[in-house]
Amino acid sequence: MKHKLSILIALTALAVFVMSCGGEKRGTAGRSDVRSDVQEAAVKTYVAPGDMDEYYIFKSGGHSGQVYVYGAPSMRHIATIPVFTPYPATGYGFDKQSKELLGGFTWGDAHHPSLSETNGDYDGRWLFISDNANNRMARIDMRDFKTKQIFGPIPNVSGNHCSSFSTENTEYILAGSRFSVPLPKGTYEKIEDYATKYKGIVAGISVDPKTGTMSLGWEVLMPPFDYDLGDAGKGPSKDWGFWTCYNSERATGKLEVTSTQKDRDYVAAVNWPAAEKAIKDGKFKMIGGVKVIDPKDVEGVVYLLPAAKSPHGVDVSPDGKYIIASGKLQSITTVFNIEKIQTAIQKKDFTGNEDGIPVLNYDAVKDAEVNVGLGPLHTQFDDKGYAYTSLFVESAIAKWKLGTWEVVDKIPVSYNIGHLCASEGDTKHPTGKYLVALNKLSHGRHLSVGPSQPESSQLIDITGEKMSLLYDAFTEPEPHYAQMIKADKLNPIEVYSKEENKHAKAIWDVKDAKVVRNGKNVEVSMIAVRSSFEPSTIEVNKGDKVTIYMTNIEQTTDELHGLGLSEYNINVVVDPGETKTIEFTADKAGVFPFYCTNFCSALHQEMQGYLLVKGGAPMAAK
Amino acid sequence: MKGRIMQKYIVKATSFFETPVDVRSRLLILIAAVALVPAFFFPLWNMTLYSNQFPDGLVINIYSHKLEGGKTQNRDDLKEINALNHYIGMRALKEDDFTEFKWIPFVIGGVMLLALRVVVLGKMSKLVDLVVLFTYFGLFSLWSFYHKLYLYGHELDPTAAVKVAPFTPAMFGHKTLANFEVYSYPDVGSYFMAAVPLLLLGAMWVSRKAWNKEHRV
Repeated sequence: MKHKLSILIALTALAVFVMSCGGEKRGTAGRSDVRSDVQEAAVKTYVAPGDMDEYYIFKSGGHSGQVYVYGAPSMRHIATIPVFTPYPATGYGFDKQSKELLGGFTWGDAHHPSLSETNGDYDGRWLFISDNANNRMARIDMRDFKTKQIFGPIPNVSGNHCSSFSTENTEYILAGSRFSVPLPKGTYEKIEDYATKYKGIVAGISVDPKTGTMSLGWEVLMPPFDYDLGDAGKGPSKDWGFWTCYNSERATGKLEVTSTQKDRDYVAAVNWPAAEKAIKDGKFKMIGGVKVIDPKDVEGVVYLLPAAKSPHGVDVSPDGKYIIASGKLQSITTVFNIEKIQTAIQKKDFTGNEDGIPVLNYDAVKDAEVNVGLGPLHTQFDDKGYAYTSLFVESAIAKWKLGTWEVVDKIPVSYNIGHLCASEGDTKHPTGKYLVALNKLSHGRHLSVGPSQPESSQLIDITGEKMSLLYDAFTEPEPHYAQMIKADKLNPIEVYSKEENKHAKAIWDVKDAKVVRNGKNVEVSMIAVRSSFEPSTIEVNKGDKVTIYMTNIEQTTDELHGLGLSEYNINVVVDPGETKTIEFTADKAGVFPFYCTNFCSALHQEMQGYLLVKGGAPMAAK
Repeated sequence: MKGRIMQKYIVKATSFFETPVDVRSRLLILIAAVALVPAFFFPLWNMTLYSNQFPDGLVINIYSHKLEGGKTQNRDDLKEINALNHYIGMRALKEDDFTEFKWIPFVIGGVMLLALRVVVLGKMSKLVDLVVLFTYFGLFSLWSFYHKLYLYGHELDPTAAVKVAPFTPAMFGHKTLANFEVYSYPDVGSYFMAAVPLLLLGAMWVSRKAWNKEHRV
């Protein structure tokens, strides 16, 4: 207690000092506006050395291709999980298995992360994340925080942005096309024929409930709109997947103008049990080698809900009753009611159709238009019946009440917020504790790092009536959405036990370390253990195909060993108890040192060896 | 004079050995036999090594029949201790190197059988045998354990990366070794074993009255 008090006093003194300095140094009105009560914020976010954060935050890394793990409330970056991009820090993309995962791509655009769910709440099993660039979906296992599967490029899906959102029991992860193209992929059609010959797709990626393995569930052929974001229903809406779209104008060229002419675009609603049934009943076409449902031929699978101008996010309330679409080019967020949607479908209360897809009567299905502010994008929820909508243009978050539709609070953020992420804020049971504003622009709210600037993430306390800003953190490009889960829901392992290592070439005793030559193939069974490689000398002939199976036989946390091979562009890091396969052709003659890259022990420097490649003339100097 | 006293003493002693062991004593001996059972299931000795990196301590438990390091999902303590010890050239602690794990359980079993024999035959001489044998076994085991520790700390590989002066690891109590604080103490199995001689002596004490009565002149 006494200890806490002294920390409080110290922090208060620090805060007062910082505030007085900050005021003089910066002095801009905008900046002092967004300052919260610094003293309170300091106490609320201070996680003492040795203490742990209360929440994990998984932030998408955007075009870095990775996932960043943060802790809340400290907002400390704890780790990076490589997903779509090689990451020498963990050796990802250098060994055989992770190379196969990447499938030849060296980047991806990691967009929306989605934790697996059971009964609409996070179950802490897997994290899925979409790749907007190369139309893939990745699954990270929460047991060891490793990417286990990259599914795709998904046939017919182009620009997998409106992804990945989990259904109530992770039956499906939603996917779809932001950039409609002629189908199947590989087809050429003139851009002038965009409106008729280009096609969109929305899809459900099926997830094996035991292993998490993804496969294609179903695809629905859609008009060439730009499917932007999505969410899966829950409770009364659990059978539905929702996707917003912009460019219902079916325009091409300068979309900034051509796609923003209509006052309303759409939210597409797919009844996924109906899609499952259509596939089962054989009501599909084969396009690009997969089963695609054409709504012209199959009724009852997909409907369109008119939504305010160029909607971006669509989010389902915790009770599953409201579907909330934010029209980014108007100041309103449209709230649809699932009961009204179902009634309108029953009554066939349609006002038209798009390529055979019924458009529901807007007035019959909407519950409210909430005047949240300028540039609404995404909505998250708390445990007290409030919704929080990000306002890009206004650089603010609006807090409003579900049911009464009254905006009760607004907080400025710095600056231009995109997504926002509340603690378990997209589940059936949000915890209502924290909200993170994932801002697109940081505009120098940090020590200057030159023109290439990071994004900003701001932690906001949402336990009170008023939102209060607690902390500024910065992230590498670029967090599109995040998931915040109670830390006690995850219990990752830190060592692979010897028993679970199923690698056929794993060895556990230095006596078994060996080099076996078979023609031009050289196989090395290697052990890495503090502080040596066994064998430490590998002799091959120029042109040999070399395979090293490296087993780290350590069984204690954080005893990682790396193998960096000079001038061969190889760095593999092997976790305790893990075996990795390193393949390369010894196409350069000479003697090449290899060494442990991941600091391991007092004799880490000595952990080294040589690859001797015989034959050929010495390398010419460059 | 002297001879008579001597003879009287011998007679008295002999009669002591011939004294029957009464029911209460037999019960105590039975309890002593049962107190040996935990020696098969609980560690006899525990060594815990604390350091900055291992605030929860690396643990070695020594049983009558096996050597077991602390083991969690994220750590294998025995493996870790061996990994660290190899830097000073200490031999890896391996179960196979301890013949003790083969003969100690056998001897404990034998002691139990002898205890049951006393319970059935009820002779003080058999009880004395048991006390002597158990004391010998206990002391020899402790010496053997100490000797093992001595060898581990003295037979260091001369080519080791880090040279340290030969030492004997702590057997009882606390010792600082490089960055480790080592605590070594008997554990549950030993506490029960320590109760055995006390119970046996208690059994003797309880039956002394029968002997005294017989020799009250």
